[in-house]
Amino acid sequence: MAGPTFDDMTQQGVRWTADQVLALAPDAASRKAGSRLGAAGPWSETGSSGDGTVWGLCKGSGSKPYQTVVDIADTAGPAYKCSCPSRKFPCKHALGLLLLWAGGDGGVPDAQAPEWAEQWIGGRRQRAEQKRTAGPSPATSGDPEAARRRAEKRAERVTAGAMELEQRLADLLRSGLASAESSGYGLWEETAARMVDAQAPGLAARVRELGAIPSSGSGWPARLLEECALIHLLDQGWLRREQLPDSLAATVRSRIGLPAAAAGPAVRDRWLVLAQYDTADSHLTTRRIWLYGEESGRMVLLLSYGAAGRAPALALPVGLALDAEVSSYPGAGQLRADLGEQFTPPTPTAVRPAGVSTTQAVARYGEALKDDPWLESWPVTLDRVIPAPDGDGWQLADADGKSALLLASSAMSGSGLWRLVAVSGGAPVTVFGECGHRGFTPLAVWPEGPGEPIPLC
Amino acid sequence: MSESSWEELVTAALLGTDRRTTPVGTAGKDAPTALLDTAAVQTVRRRAGLRPASAAALPEPATEDRRPALPSAARRRLAVLLADRPDAGSGGRRGTAPDLMELLPQWLAAANEHGYAAPPDLLPALLDAARGRTDLRPQTLAFAGPRAIWLARLNPDWRFALRSTPGGGTAVPALGDPVEVERLWQEGLFAERVTLLVAMRAQDPSAARDLLGTTWSTERAEDRLMFLDSLRTGLSDADEPFLERALADRSRNVRATAAELLSALPGSALASRMAARAASCVSFDHTQTQPTVVVEAPHECDAGMERDGVVPKPPAGRGERSWWLGQLAEAAPLAIWSERLGGRKPEEIVALPVADDWQGELHGAWCRAAVRQRDAAWSRALLGAPASPGAAGPGAVSLAERAKLLAALPAGERAEWVAGFISAHGLSEAFQLLGVCATPWAEPLGHAVVDALNIARDAGSYPWSFSGVMGLAERCLDPATAARLDGLTAIPDEPEDASPGAVGYWSEAFQRLVGTLRLRATMRAELTAP
Repeated sequence: MAGPTFDDMTQQGVRWTADQVLALAPDAASRKAGSRLGAAGPWSETGSSGDGTVWGLCKGSGSKPYQTVVDIADTAGPAYKCSCPSRKFPCKHALGLLLLWAGGDGGVPDAQAPEWAEQWIGGRRQRAEQKRTAGPSPATSGDPEAARRRAEKRAERVTAGAMELEQRLADLLRSGLASAESSGYGLWEETAARMVDAQAPGLAARVRELGAIPSSGSGWPARLLEECALIHLLDQGWLRREQLPDSLAATVRSRIGLPAAAAGPAVRDRWLVLAQYDTADSHLTTRRIWLYGEESGRMVLLLSYGAAGRAPALALPVGLALDAEVSSYPGAGQLRADLGEQFTPPTPTAVRPAGVSTTQAVARYGEALKDDPWLESWPVTLDRVIPAPDGDGWQLADADGKSALLLASSAMSGSGLWRLVAVSGGAPVTVFGECGHRGFTPLAVWPEGPGEPIPLC
Repeated sequence: MSESSWEELVTAALLGTDRRTTPVGTAGKDAPTALLDTAAVQTVRRRAGLRPASAAALPEPATEDRRPALPSAARRRLAVLLADRPDAGSGGRRGTAPDLMELLPQWLAAANEHGYAAPPDLLPALLDAARGRTDLRPQTLAFAGPRAIWLARLNPDWRFALRSTPGGGTAVPALGDPVEVERLWQEGLFAERVTLLVAMRAQDPSAARDLLGTTWSTERAEDRLMFLDSLRTGLSDADEPFLERALADRSRNVRATAAELLSALPGSALASRMAARAASCVSFDHTQTQPTVVVEAPHECDAGMERDGVVPKPPAGRGERSWWLGQLAEAAPLAIWSERLGGRKPEEIVALPVADDWQGELHGAWCRAAVRQRDAAWSRALLGAPASPGAAGPGAVSLAERAKLLAALPAGERAEWVAGFISAHGLSEAFQLLGVCATPWAEPLGHAVVDALNIARDAGSYPWSFSGVMGLAERCLDPATAARLDGLTAIPDEPEDASPGAVGYWSEAFQRLVGTLRLRATMRAELTAP
């Protein structure tokens, strides 16, 4: 394990950057409110201890200050406790306290935790210890026979849903995709609702996406045919799952949206947090976190969900590495994993993922499609590429070759593109991102010289 | 399968298998299923067979920024300051936390003093901040350095950076290359030419003036005005012949600007012509018991006066003769008055009675002259004692004029004068005057402001009546004052006649003040760290 090389390293480990703290905020309003509290003014009796605890009293509008304490060494990301009435999580006080601590200007000195903070931390650590010694909790209670019957029942429903969907696709192809342009969203929304009833959320999501394609600009018939064909492929995969190899059958199950557990063996490594970003629809916020194993060279994806308007629970500081265990979900070509036990608080690292050329990057995506034909993209790190304007868009061009990857149109909006361009300044950079059939989506960039990764999402 | 068969598939799918024969063998399946089967294979094959695009023209690399990198703590601080972007509609009470965005200007100034390079990944946020606030632009662009200019060429949102940086739109090294300078001056766009002229004037004033002279007679009137304005920088007696010629310009605005520039050169022929004219209007009456200044305003505005920039037609509501007098006295070098009025010093002259209600006109013109000529002795005399009430001051000058006069005084004296003003008159009129004081506020100014705030609190009014001064104090008080202010953050018992809740709000306001001062001290320390 490479030793941390940060200049303001203190005995309690390394302080985070403001960006890393602000990435924990559940929304923009909290980010702003937290920034305002990240100064000495309202704080008193602040401190942090060697085991990753930060605490302080924040003066609010009332006479009694709020007691705020954060455990940054928790195995499942930072944990927070604040006596304020906010239902945001973390609240602005916790964010402000962490910013003050990240500022590293003596606002949060090393100290002995006061009793109120010690109590909470002690309680948490004790519970965690009990959980660890007790081992994994026994599989969901109830008898296995009932569970099997439930699973069978669900499989029957999914089968019925898949057959209905096949019928609808066949009808569409019979009358022509041109008819989809006039029928609009309604048709697809209704079909998606049928798939929800059939307990196949993966199919439902894909069907809902179809509704947006006819209005997505030139070339839409080809895109609609592609997506219809892939849904057809998934239906057929499900209907013939008995004939598929086990790993591919598991992939089909996960694409259909059946629940699975991260059953793979726990792999301990120094996991570098490469990117964390959220996507939201009207029901759900999905957080994706990419990790890179320094020793194994593996890339894994952590997913965390939040109900509409609430931040997903898991948050990790981008650019830092944590010594932790992860275990994978089943299925061929699946990178999803769960974060298990975390052994140390996150620390900086000089390690960067091994990079490839643009030609190798698309080849990687192609290879991955062999295991999972439904993959939209594949995580790759591009070595020595230069962002260059290309018509209305941008591309990442090999510094030492003639090939380039176009950036996905979704990457053209937002501030990430300009951070990428600014960090490059026309010089070669290392870029981590998702490479797929829609183009390349950059998620983090390392400058040409030494330096930490800079998030682009 | 070839690419064309994918096209055929799409066409068949678009029209429908009922209307179009499927281009694939159905092999016992119904036509739509056969089409979907083939399309699925094709889709995955097409995706798996993706090839990279061919590289477009690579951008020219940005000029290297050789300045040292920010210390890591300062870098984090900048990120926090920039994250506090103000958004519309977030009004309401300001609370106890500092206004981070307001600290950005002084952070930038301090970083520029140290000569640090901007972290590239923060350049977009810096440029966005400066885009919304023109007052931030000079410091931001100085800090942002060559890479920001490079970026601005790629993003139209940041085009302002090219306009407001000397050489931003053009290559700076061009200055050393006479052929390139000549080409740009002859063929460049107007903005590029202004930029070139300004950059050149800053480096070599005469060369810039000579360059302008080569094309002067062929420039359009509005362009001449802008070019002439750029001579303000580095103005010297060497510019006089050129400016004298510009007095005969076809455009009235160009003539007026040339006259204004010449009157700022006390040794110029125009200044001495104006001096002669002004002196002939003002004399000294020794026959009175008390020596008195007598004014005889000009009876006409002749062609010579007009050529020297005097505007003949007064604005509505003003008499012609007093209008002309004001312009003459404003453009005449102040040094002539001592000679004209019996060798008196400025403060003695200002104290002299003026006959027939001419005092306002004459003193007003002297104020404008003192500001234009940046004359400390006259400014001091016209300002009078800080404690004297505004309307009865020697110059009977307004607050706005006082603020301008103060700017001509040395920083220490300015702070002292404003401190005296605040001690005598309180804070309600001090805002404008505080704005011209050098920061951080020197003592006794800081003391005076804090005392006045304390008095305002004890008087029981709400702090937001003083929010302007409070905001200034947060940005301008010396951070070392913080310790002395700690006592004010406590919530004392509410005085009986106070506005309800006022003490709580004052405590909050002082907390924010102290917090901001502490933060500023930290910011400064972070920037000086090795």
